[in-house]
Parts: sequence; structure tokens; C-alpha cells
Amino acid sequence: MSIFLQQLLNGFTLGSLYALIAIGYTLVYGILRFINFAHGDIFMFAGYWLFYWFFIFQLPWWLAALLAVALTAGMGVVIERVAYRPLRHAPRISLFITAMGVSFLLGNTIIVLPWAGGRQKPFPTPAFMTQVYTVGTVRIQGVTLWVPLIAAACLLALLFLVYRTKVGRAMRAIATDIETTALMGADINRVISYTFLVGSALAAVGGILWGCRYPRLQWDMGVLPGLRSFTAAVVGGIGNIVGAMLGGYLLGLAEILFVAFLPHLSGLRDAFVFGVLILFLLFKPTGILGKPLKEKV
Amino acid sequence: MLEIRNLHVFYGGIHALQGVSFSVPKGSVVTLLGANGAGKTTTLRAIMGLVRPREGAITLDGRSLLGRRPHEIVRLGLSLAPEGRRIFPDLTVLENLLLGAYARSDSAGVARDLEFVFSLFPRLKERVRQRGGTLSGGEQQMLAVGRALMAGPKILLLDEPSLGLAPVLIAEMYRAFARLKAEGRTLLLVEQNARAALSLADYGYVLETGRIVAHGSAPALRESDLVRRAYLGV
Repeated sequence: MSIFLQQLLNGFTLGSLYALIAIGYTLVYGILRFINFAHGDIFMFAGYWLFYWFFIFQLPWWLAALLAVALTAGMGVVIERVAYRPLRHAPRISLFITAMGVSFLLGNTIIVLPWAGGRQKPFPTPAFMTQVYTVGTVRIQGVTLWVPLIAAACLLALLFLVYRTKVGRAMRAIATDIETTALMGADINRVISYTFLVGSALAAVGGILWGCRYPRLQWDMGVLPGLRSFTAAVVGGIGNIVGAMLGGYLLGLAEILFVAFLPHLSGLRDAFVFGVLILFLLFKPTGILGKPLKEKV
Repeated sequence: MLEIRNLHVFYGGIHALQGVSFSVPKGSVVTLLGANGAGKTTTLRAIMGLVRPREGAITLDGRSLLGRRPHEIVRLGLSLAPEGRRIFPDLTVLENLLLGAYARSDSAGVARDLEFVFSLFPRLKERVRQRGGTLSGGEQQMLAVGRALMAGPKILLLDEPSLGLAPVLIAEMYRAFARLKAEGRTLLLVEQNARAALSLADYGYVLETGRIVAHGSAPALRESDLVRRAYLGV
């Protein structure tokens, strides 16, 4: 495979992970108009859940991964319930600060947990991810094949949920008008819980796939992918679900191509990503697909 | 059926409703008339659980609605076509209508009501795949009313359905309401447009600065000096 194609595929893979995480930022922003800064730590937690179920409790990998996704999704729901819901009518800045607090809480929880702690831990990569497949004359590693495929399948499932199901309809409705959604007979607390469930589950899948690609765990590993995915959500248009996916793929591709073509600048990778964020916030704050949002009352 | 007793609502320091009482009997059309700021919308918001009254009682078939959340009140049989229509602009007409039936699980009943709404407002059927935000003002009002009907309510609450509509559209809207009335449905109609409302209603109440200042049968109100002077402009 040519180097360029290889890099394109890498960018696509990284982008699909950003897309998975960016959905969570955009879903929550769309409804509650705040950036859930704990989302990157939710992503990180999924890897640790897998670590526990696989290494400590010795479950089969697939079962450990399923449990990790379920528990991470549940964490998202609980965090909304105990930390964000009581602030539903508080000024937005309170939510913001609370999200920061939750982020620190989650990171530091890992540091004090037995078997986890502050040091780097190995990530349990399953055999099908390390195996090398031969397709015709092309040899391809499992991780290059499966990560973008699984991510894309999850994104398609999300689109189906949001655009073709009853609860998805309510999720879109609540993003434009919470009060009127309640007048439709929808329990808005349940719809919001559901949103956190879905966003956190996708972040969990992202976390596990991320671990398969970069197989190590650390308590602060969610911070940078979180911020980069947040950038992706802004690029696509924060609040817009398709935009978050588009932004994720674009940012992943741009980042990889930046490093591939300007290898001497590869140390400035994050500067590049956040430069993109700043440029978008300055010149196109609504992103590629976003519309100007009205302040909610 | 719906009973409001001595309702007091405060907005910050403002005493918006000062002891409002009225009732909506089953099968009747009751109208609540009043100028801007009289408390009409506040009354509907209190009934739907969107604002919490300081004092008073709201009961539907003897069951208190106080302290219940809006989605529970919808499930108990009230639905509101709110002031300003509040349709979901990014959802299609069909999606807006189906959201109105969110609380229901009887898909046969929902399909029947959808057909009914389309027969009431054929224009919605023509625009079923169109996004709500692309409809004209009159069509959006039809959508708001249709969406509220999709809940299959015992009582349909309408907040100024004629506001901002051309006379020909107001007439069309009221023809639809007349059909609902002929079918024996119960309506609570809040209006500034007293002429239109009193042509349809069985009974009316006049609200001024948070108080009921007059009430009576629609023909009696049409003849009363207060209503003639203040609302009918004669």
C-alpha cells in the first residue's frame, strides 16, 4: 500500500474515534448548552473498566468489553443525575465548573483505585486486533481494519437511533425546545438521561478502540483526546450530530496528514489541532454544519 | 371536568393570577378572554404544570393536577397548542405530529388520530415530509393544533390560535374547531379575538389583570356592555 493511502487510512481511523467521542459533547451541548468537560474522563474510564474485568476478574475479552461499555454508559447517567440535574436552572457557568469538578473527580478516582493508580497500565488488546489479515496481496493489521469498521457501525447505529426512533425524535426535539417537548408528554428527565447514556456508551466504545490502537492506560489519558474531539465537535458545528461526525473525520485526517507531510513539525501536533479550534471559534463559531443557536431561557 | 379554584400565581414579585376560578364541563367549549398581560397564558401554563401556583386548586375529573409535571398532565388527558405555536422547526410535519403522541402506546389509535388530523387540516397531509420551519404561519398553527390533538386529549387547550393569522385563515381555523365541537370534544379556548371565540364557545370568562371580571354564556357575554366596549369594539 502506498504511504499516502496508509496515512489516509490512519487519519480515517483516528477521525472515527474523534467522531465517537465528539458525539457526546455535541449531544449534551445541544440540549443543556454546556460543554461536559468530564466527557474525556468518561472515555478514559471505559479502558479501566475493561482492564478490571479482563485482568483482575479474568472475564473473556468480549464480555469484559461489553460490561465496560455498559458501566461507562451508566456512569454518564449517574453523573448527570447527581451533578448536573440539580443545576438545571442554575447559571451555565455553574454547570461548567461542576463539569470540571467531575473531570478531576474521575481522574483522581483512578489514582486511588487498587490495581489502577497513577502509573501507566497495559491495555488488554484482544487477538483479533493484533492479528495480521491478508486480503489479496495487501497485508493489514486487525486494528487498522476493525477500529474504523466498529466505529462506523456505532455511528450508523446512532444515526438510526436519532433519526428513526421515537426517543431519537424526542432527543432532537428537546434540543430546540425543552418546555414544548415536555408538553408532548415526554419525560424530559428521561430523555436527558437517555442522551447521556448514548453519549457515554459511544465514548466508551471510543475508549476501548483507542486502547486497542494505543495500548496503554493512564488516569489522564482522556484529557487530550477529549479536547481534540471537542475541537472536532466545534469544527462540525456544536450541537449538530452529523457535524460532530464530519468534524471528527476531518480533524483526524488533517492531524495525520499534518504529521505525515510536515514530520519536522510533528511536535506541534496539538498546537495544530487547537489552532484549528481557535480559528473556528474566531471566524466560524457555528462550525461547518451548525446554525446560530438562540440562547435558551 | 376541569375545575380551577382560587388560583394564585406569582412571577417574581408580580401577582399574575389573583384568585382565578372557572370550570370546563365535559363536551363544552369554554373561552377565556382578555387583553395582553391579563393572565390568560399564565393560567394555561399553571394548568399544564409549567408554572407552580402559590395557592388554589386544579382538578381534572376530581384528580388534583397540582405538583404534577407536564408530561404527567398530558398523560392524564390535557394537551396544549401553545402560544406562538412552538412547533419544532427542524422536524418534519409528520415527526411533529408523532411527537404529539409521545405518551401513547396504542399505535392503532395514533394512526386513526393522524388520519383525523389530516382530514381536519388537509394542508398538513400535503406537507407531511416538509420541515416544520418551512411552513407558513397559518400552517404552523394548524400543525400546533394537530400536534396537540395527537395526544388524544380529554380537553384540548388552545392558546390564542388566531394570533397573527389573516382573517381567511382564522375562519379556516375556527371551522376546524367547530368540527371538533360538533364531535363532542371539550375545548378550552384562550383568545384576545373575542368575536371569533364567542361565535364558537358555549360559555366564557373575561380575565383582567389576573382576575375574572365577568362570565356568562356566550350569547350573554356578547350582549354585555363590558365585552362589547372592551373586546368587540362596538
